[in-house]
Amino acid sequence: MSLIENLPRVRGLRLPRADGLIPWIVPLGILLVWQLACVTGFVPARVLPAPSDVALAGWKLLMSGELVRNIWVSFWRASVGFLIGGSIGFAFGLANGLSQLSSKLTDTTLQMVRNIPHLALIPLVILWFGIDESAKLFLVALGVFFPIYLNTLHGIRTVDPQLIEMGRIYGMTDGELFRRVIFPGALPSIFVGVRFALGIMWLTLIVAETIAASSGLGYMAMQAREFMLIDVVVLSILIYALLGKLADSASRVLERLTLSWHPAFQKH
Amino acid sequence: MQEGLRFLLPDAEPVERTDFLEQARLARRGPEVSRGLPLTIRGLRKSFGENEVLRGIDLHIPAGQFVAIVGRSGCGKSTLLRLIAGLETSDAGTISFGEQARPEDVRVMFQEPRLLPWARVLSNVEVGLGGDRASSNAQMRAERALTEVGLDDKRGQWPAVLSGGQKQRVALARALVSDPRVLAFDEPLGALDALTRISMQRLLERVWHDQAFTAILVTHDVSEAVALADRVLVIEDGRIAHDVAVDIPRPRRRGSADLAALEGSILRELLLSADETSDL
Repeated sequence: MSLIENLPRVRGLRLPRADGLIPWIVPLGILLVWQLACVTGFVPARVLPAPSDVALAGWKLLMSGELVRNIWVSFWRASVGFLIGGSIGFAFGLANGLSQLSSKLTDTTLQMVRNIPHLALIPLVILWFGIDESAKLFLVALGVFFPIYLNTLHGIRTVDPQLIEMGRIYGMTDGELFRRVIFPGALPSIFVGVRFALGIMWLTLIVAETIAASSGLGYMAMQAREFMLIDVVVLSILIYALLGKLADSASRVLERLTLSWHPAFQKH
Repeated sequence: MQEGLRFLLPDAEPVERTDFLEQARLARRGPEVSRGLPLTIRGLRKSFGENEVLRGIDLHIPAGQFVAIVGRSGCGKSTLLRLIAGLETSDAGTISFGEQARPEDVRVMFQEPRLLPWARVLSNVEVGLGGDRASSNAQMRAERALTEVGLDDKRGQWPAVLSGGQKQRVALARALVSDPRVLAFDEPLGALDALTRISMQRLLERVWHDQAFTAILVTHDVSEAVALADRVLVIEDGRIAHDVAVDIPRPRRRGSADLAALEGSILRELLLSADETSDL
């Protein structure tokens, strides 16, 4: 085993089925050790419930419909907030990447705002919106805005100028140049922004729901804490992990579909 | 490497036969059938800031001629090519193509292939059609151009999987697809290995012969210039220092005595001027 194993290399012998399972060995191993530690009494149930107890709590909540409702509420907030913040970030990224004037006008301001931790705005947001849906959407949109804005801007600015010159020589109009050269060139960087944004999206939402909400996963966890239902708290945390992984996988699939030209995504 | 060999071998193997065929092909054409545009340049000047790169270029290139422009780095040869291709604007002087040239009539090929990595080979060639991209026969024309450079089997590939020589051939197909009447080459073979270079030179000569455009090749390789061109211009300090006719019948045998002699004399001129300015 060498350290450079992760670098691209000549294709070797592969077992596809085993390959798909390898990433799950560590999580399953942890679950197993955890279960053993709880069953043997090494870890008291008041500190950490056994995975089986967590699963049981999950099952109960699932049956009562509470779990699905809370996941759905959180999912809805996350995606709507992401769409709003992402679209605005993308639009600003495009405008500032393509127009000097727009960039001069807004970039400095945006960079200043970026340096405010958006979670620091929670007290203000509660004062403005109460614990309404709009408060959560506002925070998620704000958090998602910056990674998408920055990476869209960076992507557009780093499109190979030789390709742009080539496009102009071959008589591309501004629209064609954008569609055929600039946007596809910026896409890999935009995806980096999307993946960052997905992480921030969950983080923001959970914090916002924990502090000010009457539904959603964060709310479910906080309520469970009030009633000392530690299994539900652990369950919520595990669901965050799962949802985060799901969002990341979705963006990877999208990336693979749209960047199939990229050497890093080519199947041999 | 495998790639380089594969398209070198068919050329290298039946030497006598290809030479004979080439002879017949090249002999068939006279200058009167050229569909290229003549090029006339008068008093062309260009500065970048304080630095005067071109100091009055006067030049006439008859339609269909293959002209090579050589000179040391920074002599202004690439700037001259970019001015001809309309990529820069001159400070003074005129460039005219005899009649009104459409944008599709003048094409450039660069040292880098400049292919869109996210477009398949065929769509990359279609880019070269300019305003005709949307027309119904665009794909057919692009396929024809790919066949012309011998890459019709790569039409569905991504550029990333092609070798350097193949990418440059796609770039050539893209430049050819609009049937240009002037084709400007800016060191198109500069980044290729020696074997690929030779087969690319043959390809350039063949398409120039078949399509009868006016060719302007900027190169630092004097042997390439004398092997391909009808005429070699030596540029020094922003002026045309020498204008050498290459009266050697085509096809030319690489490494033949008369080519070598001509190459030697041009190299001597270049080195002489280098010694005079002594900035080497």
